[in-house]
Amino acid sequence: MRELRYREALREAMLEEMERDDRVFLMGEEVGHYQGAYKVSEGLLDKFGERRVIDTPIAEAGFAGVGIGAAMVGLRPIIEFMTWNFSFVAFDQIISNAAKVHQMSAGEIDVPIVFRGPNGAAKQVGSQHSHSAAPFYTHIPGLYVVQPSTPRDAKGLLKSAIRSNNPVVFLEGETLYGVQGEVPDEGVEELIPIGESRLARPGADCTIVTWGRPYYTVLAAAERLAAEGIECEVIDPRTLRPLDTTLMVQSVKKTNRCVVVHEHWPYGGPGAEIVDRLQREAFDYLDAPLERVTGLDVPMPYALNLEDKVLPTEDRVIDAVKRVSYSK
Amino acid sequence: MGVLVPNKDDLLRQYRTMMVIRRFEEEAARHYAKGNIGGFLHLYIGQEAIAVAAAEVLEDRDYIFQTYRDHGIALARGMSVNAAMAELFGKDTGCSRGLGGSMHFFDVQRGFLGGWAIVGGHLALAAGTAFKSKYAGEDRVTICFFGDGSTNIGGFHEAMSLAGLWKLPVVFVCENNQYAMGTPLERTSPLKDLSIKAKGYGMVGDRLEGHDVEVVQEHIAEAVARARSGEGPTFIEIQTYRFRGHSMSDPAKYRSRTELEQRKQQDPVVLVRERLIGLGVDEHALDDIDIEIDEEIDAAVRFADESPPAREDVMMNTVLAPEGGS
Ligand SMILES: Cc1ncc(C[n+]2csc(CCOP(=O)(O)OP(=O)(O)O)c2C)c(N)n1
Ligand SMILES: [Mg+2]
Repeated sequence: MRELRYREALREAMLEEMERDDRVFLMGEEVGHYQGAYKVSEGLLDKFGERRVIDTPIAEAGFAGVGIGAAMVGLRPIIEFMTWNFSFVAFDQIISNAAKVHQMSAGEIDVPIVFRGPNGAAKQVGSQHSHSAAPFYTHIPGLYVVQPSTPRDAKGLLKSAIRSNNPVVFLEGETLYGVQGEVPDEGVEELIPIGESRLARPGADCTIVTWGRPYYTVLAAAERLAAEGIECEVIDPRTLRPLDTTLMVQSVKKTNRCVVVHEHWPYGGPGAEIVDRLQREAFDYLDAPLERVTGLDVPMPYALNLEDKVLPTEDRVIDAVKRVSYSK
Repeated sequence: MGVLVPNKDDLLRQYRTMMVIRRFEEEAARHYAKGNIGGFLHLYIGQEAIAVAAAEVLEDRDYIFQTYRDHGIALARGMSVNAAMAELFGKDTGCSRGLGGSMHFFDVQRGFLGGWAIVGGHLALAAGTAFKSKYAGEDRVTICFFGDGSTNIGGFHEAMSLAGLWKLPVVFVCENNQYAMGTPLERTSPLKDLSIKAKGYGMVGDRLEGHDVEVVQEHIAEAVARARSGEGPTFIEIQTYRFRGHSMSDPAKYRSRTELEQRKQQDPVVLVRERLIGLGVDEHALDDIDIEIDEEIDAAVRFADESPPAREDVMMNTVLAPEGGS
């Protein structure tokens, strides 16, 4: 396998799907001439032209709605939000329209659309630009919510999202675009199904469920814990809605303890959902209360010293693992 | 509009403020490159005449809103360079105690109600403070700045609709710097003249070039007077240009050197300087002002550097306001 950056993997997914299917187009702010605010769509305008790579004015509710309308009658739009923070002005389109049309029309109308873009805190971009958007969207029946952590998952899941007949909220990592990782060779098509979790690291002592940016924090913490003799098993849900708990439950049955690590706020959201399901599905196997390591329950401050406190850290992960392991 | 009669003292003061903004921004760019400032940093270089003109016109009691490109108006309104620089450095002594950063300057004492970072989001807030003025019978005008790229979003339309309907005492100033991030105006709007949008909201529209601080003052003064006298809002489109990229992470490859150089021929700071010299002000006197400003900015950097970091307790205690007393 070759190595690609996360952003390149996403670009390949769009490129391949646009080559495969003329109904697929990309629309958003700065996706064309500027080559993408985060360079994810670099080169796509040259390849596909202005008919299929469409720069929009700053009008998220407008172009999200245009995408939904086009999808209702047969196109397969990829709508890029420059960041997910700006999806909130298009919230109504996603919640009230994209997620509802299929059932409102008694199953007559499909909405095959992907909303994608960078999600989560970056570095010091402040409270209005640092949202982890998953909880807002995982709440909604009628949507899929995907949040890939690695380049391989990014590519394989985006391809599946584009081929899906339903609206997909596709949350990329603003800080993950430069991450490098293995991706199947050119010509080897991999579609990673929506709704399947993945074992990221095997281990017998403690299960950690994590995704997105903290995925890398957790893997680093797991190495440090291994040096102390605690082997963590790391599971990445990859899709947050629908949520696949199969691997998590299997793992907890083996390790008897579990820590869930996520960037979003602690109140509700997929983090709380996972904990709720595990306590029911693996109750008899738990030797310790389930723990969560989360972004702190505050709007994101600008100052770096405070941002570092708000986001999950290796030390907080290690402390939590040790607490559920009753080890010092 | 009356004939321009430049007043030397006024112009000197305005030159000074414009230079403070210019030097502040240049120094901020340097410290961003050094890593002392993080996040997004949007500079006001090239647009200084607008903020300075507005600050000249407004009364202390008036309210001001701006986008993330907010250093210029904050400084023009009288925020100290120390508080501004310390905010960029993420320090407790900053104007938002290090919690806001470049995009979220606040100076409530001076009626500066923030830098806002979601395009279009603050226009309705400005209509809201204007609503309060009307509600309470207060003589306070609100002025709200935003970019050319912000005139296509729903937030713009709804705020303008309400302000027009209720004849609120607010002045909407569109700083048309020709680009929304990397996209030139001709690719974001079918209109060449944005000010005609005013008509659709039943308010007065105005349009002007923004490099001459005195001209800008006249136009803003007229709109503010209209608001103050209860005749409702105005939408002003001010043509301007930013000499730097959209933010520090934008290399601005979408425009040519020639275009930039041509625009720099209309540098608002240079224009005022030349006018002052024309009015008989000694160049050395202006150089002395420049040196004084350099020292002020250097001192602000030292102040920011030596200030204590932003505080965790402040972060925790500012999520919600304390209850009681209502
Ligand atoms: C709703 C929303 N969408 C997108 C963005 C990202 N963004 C920030 S500034 C900007 C361009 C704004 O251009 P303009 O309104 O002309 O203001 P300028 O920066 O030129 O002063 C964009 C697209 C945002 N902040 N908010
Ligand atoms: Mg602009």
